Amino acid sequence: MDHLLHSTQLAQLAFPEAVPAITLAHYLFVSAAMFVMGLIGFLTRKNMIIMFLCTELMFQAAGLALIAFGRHHLGADGQTFVIFVLCVAAAEAAMALALVVLLFRHKETLSAQAWKELNG
Amino acid sequence: MINTTFLTNLMPNLLAMAPDTHAAASHAPAAVEVGQGPKWILLIIGLPMLTTLLCGLYAMIGNKTKLPAWTTVAGAGIAFLTTVAMYMSFDGTPYTVHAFDWIQVHFGDKSMIANFSFYIDTLTIYWMLFVTGLATLIALYASEYMSHDLGTSYCRFFGAFGLFVFSMACLVMGDNLLMLYLGWEGVGLCSYLLIGYFYKKPEAVAAAKKAFIVNRIGDLGLALGVYLTFVHFGTLEYAVLFSDPTLLGYIESAKVGNFEAIPAIAQWIPLLFMIGAFGKSAQFPLYVWLPDAMEGPTPVSALIHAATMVTAGVYLVARTYPVFLTSEHALPIVAWIGTITALLSATIAMAQFDIKRIMAYSTVSQLGYMFAGLGVLTPTGGAYHVLTHAFFKALLFLCCGAVMHGFAGQLDLRKLSGLRQVKGWGIVTIGMLVGCLNLAGFPLITAGYYSKDTILAEAFVTPGYSMIGWILVFTAGLTAYYTFRVFFRVFMGPVEYHPGDEHHDDDHAEEHGHAGDFHPHAPGWAINTVLLTLAVCSILAVSLYKVGGSEEKHTKHFADTMVTDSSASFHSNYGSHAFEYYEKDPEHYPVAGVGPRGTIEQPLEMPLVGGDPHKMMYYISAGVGVIGIALAWFLHLFGRTNAAECKMDPIAKRFGPIPKMAENKWYVDEIYHLILVTPLRIGSHIFHWIDKLLVDGLVNLFGFLPRLLAWILKPSQSGVLQGYAVSMAGGMVLLLLVVFVLILQGGAA
Repeated sequence: MDHLLHSTQLAQLAFPEAVPAITLAHYLFVSAAMFVMGLIGFLTRKNMIIMFLCTELMFQAAGLALIAFGRHHLGADGQTFVIFVLCVAAAEAAMALALVVLLFRHKETLSAQAWKELNG
Repeated sequence: MINTTFLTNLMPNLLAMAPDTHAAASHAPAAVEVGQGPKWILLIIGLPMLTTLLCGLYAMIGNKTKLPAWTTVAGAGIAFLTTVAMYMSFDGTPYTVHAFDWIQVHFGDKSMIANFSFYIDTLTIYWMLFVTGLATLIALYASEYMSHDLGTSYCRFFGAFGLFVFSMACLVMGDNLLMLYLGWEGVGLCSYLLIGYFYKKPEAVAAAKKAFIVNRIGDLGLALGVYLTFVHFGTLEYAVLFSDPTLLGYIESAKVGNFEAIPAIAQWIPLLFMIGAFGKSAQFPLYVWLPDAMEGPTPVSALIHAATMVTAGVYLVARTYPVFLTSEHALPIVAWIGTITALLSATIAMAQFDIKRIMAYSTVSQLGYMFAGLGVLTPTGGAYHVLTHAFFKALLFLCCGAVMHGFAGQLDLRKLSGLRQVKGWGIVTIGMLVGCLNLAGFPLITAGYYSKDTILAEAFVTPGYSMIGWILVFTAGLTAYYTFRVFFRVFMGPVEYHPGDEHHDDDHAEEHGHAGDFHPHAPGWAINTVLLTLAVCSILAVSLYKVGGSEEKHTKHFADTMVTDSSASFHSNYGSHAFEYYEKDPEHYPVAGVGPRGTIEQPLEMPLVGGDPHKMMYYISAGVGVIGIALAWFLHLFGRTNAAECKMDPIAKRFGPIPKMAENKWYVDEIYHLILVTPLRIGSHIFHWIDKLLVDGLVNLFGFLPRLLAWILKPSQSGVLQGYAVSMAGGMVLLLLVVFVLILQGGAA
């Protein structure tokens, strides 16, 4: 198994400089990136299912940040909370999709623009 | 003419009280025991109310017969018989009849008690006798007079009629001032309803409103007077009030002219009552409503606006006479206002052409006499004139009504002449003659002569009022002239008549024939019966003065007995106390031996044309009356060949604008309009706009602000889902920026 390099070694080969340890900042960066992607997706797309997916993405970004903070503080609170949020998200997803189906039945389209008449 | 009956019955304290115990007189009034009367007296109150309810019922079931009239006649008639029975069974002791507890409020050591009870004394009986009697007769008359309106209107008329009798009974018989006030407002309401009976006629509606509004001014005075009475004396019940030691103490002070001892608040009470009386009894300056009130049906004018309701003011003053005595100015003002009213309205009546209006102004004038009588300390004269006037003025109005009814609404004396000779008008002519003789004060045979004489003579007996006496004598001459002007123009002379403008819608058009061939519609049996009865009553009323009265035997005639045995009595011990005072301390009470207004027991030597005023006045007023009649005969009958012209016309022209001004009622209505109505109307417009702009503006502003805010914010709810998301994200970014800046600043610090 000598010829087989451990992945860590492979990484060290690829990046001769020492890889710094993965810190909280990295997680938060990924989380923020996910959130921004979700936000941009939500703002730019018209398809309600895609928009819904984008909200999910933002949701999970928040979850990721929670886990990272939980790990950083070496506590179980963050993880527990995320599991709880996942449950809620599952339920919410079922409802949201049902709503989307209903809205589609009304207008035969998934575009959010179709509901523009709900204005003040 | 000493009267102590009432006082010994009701005011044992008065006689026992020495004048120097005034200071100690303010302790709580002793419980006054006034006996309970029999309950059947409540019939007088209950029956008119019952007839009102029945008339309402008849209207609901759509009755189109004369049933409402017969019900009312029966109700009023039984009430009259009950009143007669009440008179017969009266033994001289006042009593109350309790119907039910009405208002009983207790607070602290005071309690306000105003029960639905009735106080029966001679004054009450006296007033109720002619109120119910005339109501019966006039209801009978109206049964025929109103027969054009059979159906709902007929029921409405008699419903209000019954309600009026009920209210009048409450006013006269109530045992406390609140009951009087209830009746006072009740008769005002009925007056309003009946003046406005022809509610499709704009003049009638305007007259009804005018009557109501002018009366409100007076009613305010009465209400405040009742309030002050309770505040000062702590009671509203006559029996308690008139035996209240405080009030009796005041009267003792007043008898010797010591008005400084009477608090101003007590002196204000009669002044406020007086305003109420002037409103209801049409005295200057509140008399303007009464002539206009003639828009109502004539029976209403006769009953309410001549005989009964307008005498309520006289009743109020007579009933609360002890209170009036405690004010230095109240009775002189009453006397002078009455005199001014009598003269002013007599001059107006001289120049009118509408016979019903002449009668209206003569009513105002005669009411002025009654008030002058009260003011010059002869409640007897005032109340006796009320009674005689009730009969002869009702008679005169009903005669005018018969003319109006028969000649299709014609009331202009220039268009009617010689009715005496028209077939079927004999009884009306006799009735009119009797009424006119009474009003003119024709000597010896008419009651009006004696009642007016009493007032005139007392004006000369009471010191300081001889000016009033002379004005009233002059007015008596004017009265005789304008009264017989009507009689000589309308009933005497050549036959000539022109129908009024109600001719074409007359129900009896077929009877009358065509417009060019007008036949007057002579009165039927009901009207004639009533006219005859009233004419007989007017003549018989002389006996009320003649029978029983004797100066030698010191007995009083009927009217005097009825009035002075009640609270309207004032002069028991009047003179003797004054003498005691004078004898004790002539310096302090310099009015030689008399109170400030003379005495009855010891009349002042006030010779009038060299004799006792009571005796001389018989000749003076007889002469004045006859001269007035003769003048009217010469100017309005002698040599007259047609209805429109008479000898007066060229004479009137010589007076320049004066007759025209009198015909236009001295422009009093116009002056009131200018100085009262117009400013009020302008003021109301100003306040209307203030209300509209300022008050409504503020309210509307607060309603408008949220709407404005919503209107500004509304576009933000665009309906675009992503738009909301952008706002949220933008908001979040802003929040982050703020946090960021704060952190940076914190770091810098």
